Amino acid sequence: MTVDAVPDRTGPRGKGVRAVGGNGPNRLRRGARVLLRGPGPAVPRWLLLPAFLGFAFVIMPLVALADAVDWSHFFTLVTSQSSRDALWLSMKTALASTVLCVVFGVPMAVLLARVRWRVLPLFRAMVLLPLVLPPVVGGLALLYLFGRYGLLGRRLEAMGIDIAFSTTAVVLAETFVALPFLVITLEGAMRTAGERYERIAATLGAAPTTVWLRITLPLLRPALVSGAVLAFARALGEFGATITFAGSLQGRTRTLPLEIYLQRENDPGAAVALSLLLVVIAVLIVLVAYRRVGVPEGRDPAGGLWRWGASGRAQAQAGS
Amino acid sequence: MTDHDHAGLEISVRLAERGLDVELAVAPGEVLAVLGPNGAGKSTLLEIVAGLVRPDAGYVRMDGRALTDIATGVAVPAHRREVSLLAQDPLLFPHLTAAANVAFGPRSRGMRRRAAAAVAREWLQAVDATALAGRRPGELSGGQAQRVALARALAVEPRVVLLDEPMAALDVAAAPAMRILLRRALRDTKGRSAQRTAHAPSAILVTHDIVDALTLADRVVVVESGQIAEQGSVAEVLSRPRSAFAARIAGVNLMIGSAVAPSSAAEFVDADRTNEGRAQRDSYQGTISARTGSTEMGAVHCGADTVYGRCAGPWEPGTRAAAVFSPAAVAVYRERPAGSPRNVFRVRVAELTDRGGVVRVHAAERGDGAAGVVADLTPAAVAELGIVSGDEVYFTVKAGEVQVYRC
Repeated sequence: MTVDAVPDRTGPRGKGVRAVGGNGPNRLRRGARVLLRGPGPAVPRWLLLPAFLGFAFVIMPLVALADAVDWSHFFTLVTSQSSRDALWLSMKTALASTVLCVVFGVPMAVLLARVRWRVLPLFRAMVLLPLVLPPVVGGLALLYLFGRYGLLGRRLEAMGIDIAFSTTAVVLAETFVALPFLVITLEGAMRTAGERYERIAATLGAAPTTVWLRITLPLLRPALVSGAVLAFARALGEFGATITFAGSLQGRTRTLPLEIYLQRENDPGAAVALSLLLVVIAVLIVLVAYRRVGVPEGRDPAGGLWRWGASGRAQAQAGS
Repeated sequence: MTDHDHAGLEISVRLAERGLDVELAVAPGEVLAVLGPNGAGKSTLLEIVAGLVRPDAGYVRMDGRALTDIATGVAVPAHRREVSLLAQDPLLFPHLTAAANVAFGPRSRGMRRRAAAAVAREWLQAVDATALAGRRPGELSGGQAQRVALARALAVEPRVVLLDEPMAALDVAAAPAMRILLRRALRDTKGRSAQRTAHAPSAILVTHDIVDALTLADRVVVVESGQIAEQGSVAEVLSRPRSAFAARIAGVNLMIGSAVAPSSAAEFVDADRTNEGRAQRDSYQGTISARTGSTEMGAVHCGADTVYGRCAGPWEPGTRAAAVFSPAAVAVYRERPAGSPRNVFRVRVAELTDRGGVVRVHAAERGDGAAGVVADLTPAAVAELGIVSGDEVYFTVKAGEVQVYRC
């Protein structure tokens, strides 16, 4: 579409363009030129091909999925009792695990970014582990900690607390895999931000807690929001650790991804419909998160301030 | 170590990592300018006083109370020091309005919201920024932001104000206004606090701009590569520089070496008189005599060169001494001037720079690594001589134009 629109913008056909043969390639070439015109240095044209192939590879499966949906029954399929149970459980547990991620992840990020202990690099590596670990392995590990015969589970059971194969287990499994997303996002933001504002706040007489509450946290808000959104998304899609550690009990531990996996055998139509639902939710989440992360200027303080703040001010000055 | 009842700020710190080793004192209410080239350790010094950086050794005391003392392990945290800092970058908290920024300090020190807001209003008014109260830092120009930052630094009524090149990031239009404001604010603070408390706040102003020192400071300390090169009143340091940096900002040539007996120095002046228009010379030297009360001569042996000049007071051969002369007093020749009684240096031209109607000829670095002598010529003279970088030329300066002194 873009290619077709180009000749209109650049005036009469062929003007100022090396003749390369027929009309078609000529137009294409000009289209590519306009496509690759950015504010920065020129992008090599041949990059277009692999780039578009890559985009297609990401987008086409989703198109195929949408194509496979039996639209006449879509609404019935996604509103069946088991679907609603799964959706509700997924939302509930993902939200709970996001809260846990924030409660524990923020202090973890602060420690990793601001404190110099010799063991911290090791801690950071361990926190990142769930990112690279197969989730099934994570679920198994959790089982051996919290399971009935687990390291901690034995003692908890003696106290009458049974975690494995409960909704709590779902939340723990999701927290385990989602935590790195929040910690990494926040730690990166804190490192980029530096400590300059905190130092100034201290010279103004603010005690560390005051500085933390009134300066550090407000400045981190955008990173905190995008980190939490990412963690929520990861928790929502969690499958491997959940099925290993929490099992698949309808209404208690069967989240949406588990429901999709099970329905795939009995009722592929329902599985496809639920999958599309999950895709839509994921797209919404990505849009929200990307809007936060991807737009550094504007009124968003953390973005505007570190790198763009000074130049923005210079412009304001030049303008006045 | 010294008497603990000393009023004001006493600093004696070493920090090996930055090569800093400095000892100085600031009296209550005094504004001390710390001058020096980039990387001399000026900002580090301020960070140590503010409690943001820990020195390797030494102490920082305020009115005899230790803020930092490595020997006894005292390290008062930054927020309990009553030392506020204004940096080159205003660093206003971007999520707070200008008024909330100024109120932040008083609020943090436990003041009620309403009282803090009143204090903020007062200080914004003091820096002519009342109209900016409701704006966010992103909506302020550099000069406006720095004014608000000054109000914020002063609103906590600190005992010491540290100013780290507060004008450096401002454009040509905003800097003078800020300088005037700073002067007023520092003087006003002094006046106010003198009425309220026994101790007026002290200020340390780090800068590499001589105008800041001239307009704001009571006293100047020149720091070079982490050490104090010289200190004194602004006038003293400028008229008799003892460090390359001070000489440069004073705009004079400085040669440091050892004093030697001015054996034939007197003849130099006499010969000078015969060679030059006598009447003019006489009147010129008359003024020198009147000013210094003496026309004694001295000489400074500096590397391969010996510089003759006039000195005030007794001249003791063997001591460290400096010779100072203006770049405008230096004449440049292609050939060694024959039989001239002047100071003559054979130099290689390193570069020529334009200084607005005058061309400055920079000689290459001296053998001992000291900065080369510079000469100011008219563009016409440069064209006539045909000087380019790399040429070997002779710089001459009359002994009567050189001032020598012990340092």
